[in-house]
Amino acid sequence: MLPVIFVMPVLQLLVLAFAVTFEIRNINLVVVDQDHTMMSRALISKFKAPTFYTIKGYSQTYDLAAEQLKVGKAHQVLVIPEGFEKDLVKDTKSKVQLVTNAIDGSAAAIMNAYGMNIIMDYNQDLVVETMGGEEFSQPFKISYSYWFNPQLNYTTYMVPGILALLVTIIGLFLSSMNVVREKEIGTIEQINVSPIKKYQFVAGKLLPFWFIALFELAFGLTLAHIIFDIPMIGSLWLVFGVASVYLFATLGIGLFISTLVNTQQQAMFLAWFFAVVFIMMSGLFTPVESMPGWAQQLNLINPIAYFIRMLRMILLKGSQFSDISRPFFSVVIYAVIALTLAVWRYRKVS
Amino acid sequence: MSPSVKVEHLFKSFGNTVALDDITFEVQPGELFGFIGPDGSGKTTLFRILTTLLIPGSGSAEIEGLDVVKDFRKIRDFLGYMPGRFSLYQDLTVEENLKFFAGIFKTTPEANYELVKEIYSQIEPFKNRRAGKLSGGMKQKLALSCALIHKPKVLILDEPTTGVDAVSRREFWEMLARLKKIGITILVSTPYMDEASRCDRVALIQGGKLLSIDAPGKVILGFDQPLWAVKTDNIYNLLTDLRRFEATRTVFLFGQYAHVTMKGKLVSGDPITQYLESKGHKQIEVHKTEPTIEDCFMELMK
Repeated sequence: MLPVIFVMPVLQLLVLAFAVTFEIRNINLVVVDQDHTMMSRALISKFKAPTFYTIKGYSQTYDLAAEQLKVGKAHQVLVIPEGFEKDLVKDTKSKVQLVTNAIDGSAAAIMNAYGMNIIMDYNQDLVVETMGGEEFSQPFKISYSYWFNPQLNYTTYMVPGILALLVTIIGLFLSSMNVVREKEIGTIEQINVSPIKKYQFVAGKLLPFWFIALFELAFGLTLAHIIFDIPMIGSLWLVFGVASVYLFATLGIGLFISTLVNTQQQAMFLAWFFAVVFIMMSGLFTPVESMPGWAQQLNLINPIAYFIRMLRMILLKGSQFSDISRPFFSVVIYAVIALTLAVWRYRKVS
Repeated sequence: MSPSVKVEHLFKSFGNTVALDDITFEVQPGELFGFIGPDGSGKTTLFRILTTLLIPGSGSAEIEGLDVVKDFRKIRDFLGYMPGRFSLYQDLTVEENLKFFAGIFKTTPEANYELVKEIYSQIEPFKNRRAGKLSGGMKQKLALSCALIHKPKVLILDEPTTGVDAVSRREFWEMLARLKKIGITILVSTPYMDEASRCDRVALIQGGKLLSIDAPGKVILGFDQPLWAVKTDNIYNLLTDLRRFEATRTVFLFGQYAHVTMKGKLVSGDPITQYLESKGHKQIEVHKTEPTIEDCFMELMK
């Protein structure tokens, strides 16, 4: 069991940090060029340039291309209608059609944005080319700068979240299995007739996992630094300070679950329920800001959301204690409540 | 001398099931007191109340003059309990288990080593083995060592010999006899009738009710019917035929023999033999026999 505790998080960190990304790398495009002119070819060559577009094929009719979309061979279809060049020259405007497979909504939105960008870019070139000279280009140029993660590096953003997840899994799952396991194998009987105090028992159950999880966090941070070169701008002491308090909260929840239920199966069920809800709502995979108002309110009781926010703030932004005091004290309150419940609910007498 | 364990009018029910029904008894200090009864008779429920793990429905129970509900904390300091199910840490070694249980009672294995020496020395060669890998008999010895390591005044053992081989069972009872000599009050339950004779007094328990409490010898003396052991070539028909025979009072099967009591006084077994012959039984064997605890139990259960 011991190797599993250590190997599993490492694998998760290595796999998830690379795999869980919103960047779309291989978009298969099928082109329906019904115009066959210089201008249509110029547009197609614009799509050939970026590495993330692969032109899967050309098709004569839209129906044939749509078939490719249906069987999953193509992600997007670009339709350039007949008379594209003629209309452009004559009326200075024309139409193209971009069809995107939207089985996966968020991927479709991204692919669409990519495609639109390329078409806009082509448009820009065309304006400059036909009207002549720079003076017709846009009056001002927008340029972006992303703070705290200038390259919008995905791993920089994901890895602190994944670390938070690993720590949570250890805190929540191992502890929720623990007391109930003693109930199942009967050892709790022998403990209950002893003069040991409730808080002593709960402390004994809590501390080993607390140390394991903190060790795991240190291990994960080291890996993150070496492999992903994650910036660690803020104080690592603060990271561990936050993590140790956060662990009291999750271990408290885990132990509370464990005292409530009678079998490990029930414990697993409850722990999964909370873990899935908390993780999905935590802002790890989807930004909290895009959730409806009530869901954002719900995150007030989500310890994982606080923890991920604090980790990202300290590591990427270099936040001081004063900057994170609000989420920090929320977690402190959480920990106190969870542990009190666990001690209170653990009964030595049935 | 005040009793070591005193139980008065104890009731306990789970939903509609009555587990203990008006239990009253006393156990003197240094007594080896046995509870005998079939599975589901309420032995474990009673022990769980006495070990402060379960709150009684009504009535009172005292250990060494302390109430099991009010003073449960104090009782836990001097109580030794061995649950029916092996409940030590299977992934700790023999030695680690002993140290752990000494530790939670704020003592050390060395401090009370004399008390467990005789038992523990038998499993000491395996002290680095995990408790889960021990045989049934050794597990019981370890469990007893752990229950004794804090030098309890009262020891409560729930079916300690269930699932243990015959030799280990005998050894186990010999150990209990030695502990009794040191002055430890011992309450033990067992489904095995033959173990009753090793107790100072036994309580027969059935359906949550105490049927009788007496010294094992006296329980047997209380059996005032002549008892006949009967055997023929056809055991199955023997039982049904004997039960149809209007002169029989009780018929129970004990091993190869049917133990029979009759209505009225019989001087010889001849009427039984004649009846069985008329029913076509062969190789008929009828003789008088001494009642055992089990016969008494069956008699009381009627």
